[in-house]
This record gives sequence, structure tokens and C-alpha cells, in this order.
Amino acid sequence: MPNVKESIEAGTIEAVRGLEADRYSEGFVTDIEQELAPRGLTPDTVRFISAKKEEPEWLLRWRLDAFERWREMKEPDWALLSYPPIDYQDAHYYAAPKNAAKYKSIDDVPKEILDTYAKLGIPLREQEVLLGVEGARETAAAARETPRIAVDAVFDSVSVATTFKEELARVGVIFMSFSEAVREHPDLVRRYLGTVVPPTDNFFATLNSAVFSDGTFVYIPKGVRCPMELSTYFRMNARGSGQFERTLIIADEGSYVSYLEGCTAPMRDENQLHAAVVELVALEGAEIRYSTVQNWWPGDSEGKGGVYNFVTKRGDCRGARSRISWTQVETGSAITWKYPSCILRGDESVGEFYSIAVTNGRQQADTGTKMIHLGRNTRSRIISKGISAGRSNNTYRGLVSVHPRASGARNFTQCDSLLIGSSCGAHTVPYIENRRADAQLEHEATTTRLSEDQLFYARQRGVGEEQAVALLVNGFVRDVIQKLPMEFAVEAQKLLEVSLEGSVG
Amino acid sequence: MLELKDLHARLTLEGAPDRAILNGVTLTVPAGEVHAIMGPNGSGKSTLSYLLAGRPGYQATSGSARFLGEDLLSLEPEARAAKGVFLSFQYPVEIPGVPVMTFVRAAMNAQRASRGEAEISAPDFLKKSRAIAERLRMDPDMLKRPLNVGFSGGEKKRLEIYQMLMLEPRLMILDETDSGLDIDALRIVSEGVNALRSPDRAMLVITHYQRLLDHIRPDRVHVLSAGRIIASGGPELALQLESEGYDALIAGAG
Ligand SMILES: Nc1ncnc2c1ncn2[C@@H]1O[C@H](COP(=O)(O)OP(=O)(O)O)[C@@H](O)[C@H]1O
Ligand SMILES: [Mg+2]
Repeated sequence: MPNVKESIEAGTIEAVRGLEADRYSEGFVTDIEQELAPRGLTPDTVRFISAKKEEPEWLLRWRLDAFERWREMKEPDWALLSYPPIDYQDAHYYAAPKNAAKYKSIDDVPKEILDTYAKLGIPLREQEVLLGVEGARETAAAARETPRIAVDAVFDSVSVATTFKEELARVGVIFMSFSEAVREHPDLVRRYLGTVVPPTDNFFATLNSAVFSDGTFVYIPKGVRCPMELSTYFRMNARGSGQFERTLIIADEGSYVSYLEGCTAPMRDENQLHAAVVELVALEGAEIRYSTVQNWWPGDSEGKGGVYNFVTKRGDCRGARSRISWTQVETGSAITWKYPSCILRGDESVGEFYSIAVTNGRQQADTGTKMIHLGRNTRSRIISKGISAGRSNNTYRGLVSVHPRASGARNFTQCDSLLIGSSCGAHTVPYIENRRADAQLEHEATTTRLSEDQLFYARQRGVGEEQAVALLVNGFVRDVIQKLPMEFAVEAQKLLEVSLEGSVG
Repeated sequence: MLELKDLHARLTLEGAPDRAILNGVTLTVPAGEVHAIMGPNGSGKSTLSYLLAGRPGYQATSGSARFLGEDLLSLEPEARAAKGVFLSFQYPVEIPGVPVMTFVRAAMNAQRASRGEAEISAPDFLKKSRAIAERLRMDPDMLKRPLNVGFSGGEKKRLEIYQMLMLEPRLMILDETDSGLDIDALRIVSEGVNALRSPDRAMLVITHYQRLLDHIRPDRVHVLSAGRIIASGGPELALQLESEGYDALIAGAG
């Protein structure tokens, strides 16, 4: 293992050379005829979205209730973020390629959209997943050895394609767009929707509950180890729109799934709103590994444009000995407000949070996690690596809460910040609420500045300045990168390097 | 190969004394030769090595430094490295999370790229690395650990020489490589260094002790004091210093 990783690290650096021309290579716009909800947000907007998705009455009610609650809520202001007031009436809450609802198979998807994903390197045809090149034929042996990834591709408000559905269905795994799941598995959706993040949870989650568009639904049956990585790729394309996706993953008793989410958006000089909700449920003995590589358009170096990313992600370790682990690599967005959390309800359940958050230019990130220990002998582990460059601000905000019943609870938290240059900021805000004398809580935090000595040492050996920064940063985040599925570790490292280009000198 | 003419330098680092550290160093090291530089603590030996390697904050105020006929001082540190300048640091730097082999491979390929050469293949790199580690009697597992992190003083010095043998530079500057090495290690490391001696390479060996020069025999010995070379001679000069100390020589020069 370590040898493979090592060669990846060295190889990555070369691969990234070619990207230097434009830092954000995902910033193109797909020109396609689209269907938009009228600008603004009223109960009619909610009805419009629900009707587009041909939803049952109960779900429309659910949305409308959320909308009524949202109207009375106030946008939170406790995060270390500053941005002009958002006009929630000045956006389209639904945007979709025309006729998207009618795509029955990949062959119906318009060429412009297929090209978009090809350009982003996201495989939408199953044979591409196998070998990475179109037209290549796999042998049975290769099929078994090559890691395969099932993809759900969400384009603005709709899912345009989902791969490997049939193969996964054979072992009982449900992997489909959320809208489809509402139609095909209404009972499962109704049973779990909103049970981890209630519709009234917070301003942004409640907004999402009213207007959510598409996302992914996953169900892993009892005792099943999901035979491949599952992933969703979110693409925001339409001008003046937001994206409000909803993802729900249920791992039934004794099952296992690893899931990855990726996101990009065109470079636009307006701010786009992204307010997602992700709910995870792990029943007894189940394990969910959830990884995110977030690369929304961060705005230009002066802070013009960029995505406002206000996201609620929470996992419920509902059963005993269940396990949920969040790994995130956050390089994009103008503003990131995000705290993937674990409710450790089941006895002996385990929650993990591994995070790399990079801010450059004028980006702002306020991100961290909450570990809520409710059950006995529950354990949690938090490793956060924040990297700030340019004139950015990067805050780790975390809560470890130990409730009276949680005997023997343990937490380990490590927050490291790396500063590049002297105009950026790093902050660590750890909260602890402990109601148990026997809880073992450890917290370590460090803040370091990218060292001139290290840079010179690398340069003396022949490594150019930008590459030297990349090398040092890769070293700084190494323990988190190693938590990512292998295929994404490479992508994550590339992203880090690209997003830190121009941060020194 | 290396020609220093009346080189003056000062520090432009925050908190550093605002005074000249080198006060006119003139020195020529022809290809194929090994020159030793000795001198009391604080006389400017490390400053000279940093200046040649291009460390930010170390500024030449007048004079020149030419390497293979080219003005060294106008080049970025990585460009000097690609031309073959290598500094074995007096205090090697720790780089957390970056395994030794990852680091050295990145360095090697960066140098190659800037010379327009192809990358070294992974198997060739590993083969070379293994052979050199063996020659320096290093535990191969050490090369998988983060660079210099948790290494003993002696291990760090050995690792500097490992990098030097991997990169095969043309101008080698060894800044107190012997400090921290025990007697056996000193011999092993010196043998490694001697293997790089060749008619198209040159070496500057900074040391306080004759015991290193017993292994790496210098062609010339220079004594630096207060930023100036106050004496130069053959290998016998080092022996004389060993028995008489710097004071007598400095008093004589003053
Ligand atoms: N980074 C620094 N900050 C402050 N003083 C320095 C620094 N580097 C060198 N000096 C000073 O410059 C002089 C020469 O130092 P140095 O070149 O390290 O000497 P040597 O290697 O011969 O012992 C000394 O007086 C030392 O204190
Ligand atoms: Mg010194």
C-alpha cells in the first residue's frame, strides 16, 4: 500500500503541470436548452418543483410545511463568514435540461451533457468505468480486478444518468436518483426521510426541505457488502440558479457501503447558492464511508462570483456497533458552511471525521463536525487539516458532546492549520459539552506557517517553488488523504495543488 | 569550476544582525579538486554555503560567484540545483508527511525536467535507491519514513549523503557533515562521498576536524575568519590547526 501511494504522490505533481494554464479547468458552461422555475420563492415554487417530479401528495405537504417554517426562520450568523445579504427571491429554484424527465437510458441524454461529463472525466457508460477508455473491451478477469464505480450524475436539478443500477439491484442494493426512489420505493423514502436532519433543523436545511431538487438514494440490504464504490457527481450549470440536492443513504444491519460525492460549477461572476442535505442511517453493525471532493467554483482572486455552499450533512449511527466515517476535501466555493456530523446513538458505535479544507484568494470556510455521544462506549475521532493562503479565512468549528447515558465515551480531536503567506487567517473553535466524568476526551491543535526553511530545502534539491509548496502541503494532509478511496486520493491531491497555485512568490 | 571573487554578503533576514558576514572571499576550486574550509564558529562558513545555494535572506553585496563560467548569484535555488549545486545542510530540515523516496524522486525528476531530460522510471529509481542505501548501510525502511522526521542527528547526515549520491551533483558543499556521526558512520559516509570524486566534479568540505579530512583528503585547505579567508595551504594546514588551534593563526593574520 504505502509504495503505491508514494508513487501516486510523485506522479501527481507531474500530472498537474499541465493544468497550470487555467486554475479552474471545470469552469466551462454547457449550452443547452433548459427549463426553469420562475424566479422567486413562494408556495407556488414549491408546488412547481413537486409537480415537475410527479411527487405524491404526502411529499408535497412535507415540502410546504417546511416552507412555512422556513419563512419564520432567521439565517444563522454565528459562523466566521462575511458576505452581503442573500436575496432568496432572486434565483431560480429549479433548472433542468429540457425533457430531462424523459431520459430512459444513456442514449437519450443529449450530446452536450454527455460531453460535459466526458470533459470532467466522469464515466457515464459502464464500460468506461471499467477501463477508462471508450471502446476498450474488458476481460472477465480485468472486470474483477479493476475498481468499479457506479455514478449518479446530477445536472442542476435533475439526475441525468445512473450507472450499474441493474447489477447493483441483483444483490439488492438500491442506487438511484432521489426522485426515482420517491416513485419506486416510496415506503423506504417515507420511513427515513427527515429522520436524521428534521425539516426544521436549521435555516438552510429547512430551505432545502422545501425546494430540494435531486440527489441520490441508496439502500444496502442486511448483510450486504456493496460490491462497488457508489458516487454522485453534482454539476451546477444554469445561470441564476441554485442547487438543493438531497441524499439519503441507509445501510441496513451488518452492511457496508463506500460512497463518494463530487461537485463542480462553471465560472460565473454571480454568486450561486448551494444548500444540500445529506442524511445517513447506519443500523446495527453497519458501516458507511462517505467521502466528498468539493470543487465548486470559488470565485476569482478578487472574490467576485463563486458558490455559497451551505450544507447540512449528518449521519445517525442508529444501531449498536455501527460506524460512519466522513472524509472531505474542500477546495472550492466562495463560502463553505458545513459540519458533517455523527449521532452516536447505538452502543459501541463509532464516528469519524477526516477533513482537508483549503482556502485561497478571498475564499471563506467555516467547517468542522459534531460528534454527539448518546450510547455507551461510543468512540469518535476528528482529524482536521486547514490550509489557508491568499487573503482567505479558514475556521474549524467542532462540537464533541457526551450525554449522561454515554458511559465510557471517547473522543480524539486533532486540528492542524497551515498558513501560507501573511494575509490569511486560521481559527479553531472547539466546543465540548461533557456530562460524564468517565469520558476520555483528547484535543490537540497546531497552527504552523509554511516554513521558509522547508521551502528552501526542497528548492535546493531542485524542486521549483510551486511544486515545493504542493509537496509540503501534501505532506501536511497525508493522514487524511490516506482515508480516501484510492482513485479519489489522486484526484484530491491534484485539486490541492491546483487550488494553491499562485499562493507563494 | 567554482570561482569566487571578492565576495561580500550580508543578511537581510528579520531579526538578523545588520552587518556584513562575508567580507571579501576569493576562492577558486578547479574541477576534480576537494577544498576544505575551516574556521571558528560564527566565521561565516554556513553563510558562504547558503549564499552559493541561493538561500533567501542571504544577499551578496559585491563581488562575484561563477560556476562553470556562469553567474551563480542570479539564479533561483532550484536552477542552481539543476546545474549541479548540492548542499549537504549543517542542520537538515524535517518535512512531515513526505516520505524520503517521494521527496528525492520529485527532486530528481524536477532537475531532469529543467535539463530537458526524461523522468526516471520507478524501477530504475528503486534500483538506484536500494544500491545507495546499501552502500551507506541504511535501513531501507528509513526511506519510507517522512524526511528527517524523528531521525537522529547522525541519521540525518547520512540521509543528506544518500540524497547527494542519488542526485549526482557537480558541485558538492558539505557543511559539517561529520558532526553527529560516530566513527564507523563517518567512514561509511566518507566512502560514499569519495565515490563521487571525479575529474568533472568539485567539492567544498566545511569541517572543524581533521578526522573527516583523514577520510576525504582535501587538495587545499582554507581558513575563514570573520568572513575572510586568512590562510590557504595544502592538507598540512589542517594538521597544523589541529595542534595549534585557530587563535595563533588569527593573531598572526590580524
Ligand atoms: N539567521 C541568522 N540570524 C542571525 N544571525 C545569523 C544568522 N545566520 C548567521 N548569523 C550570524 O552570522 C555569523 C556567521 O554565521 P555562520 O555562517 O553560521 O557561521 P559558521 O557556519 O562559520 O559557524 C554569525 O555571527 C551568526 O550568528
Ligand atoms: Mg555553520
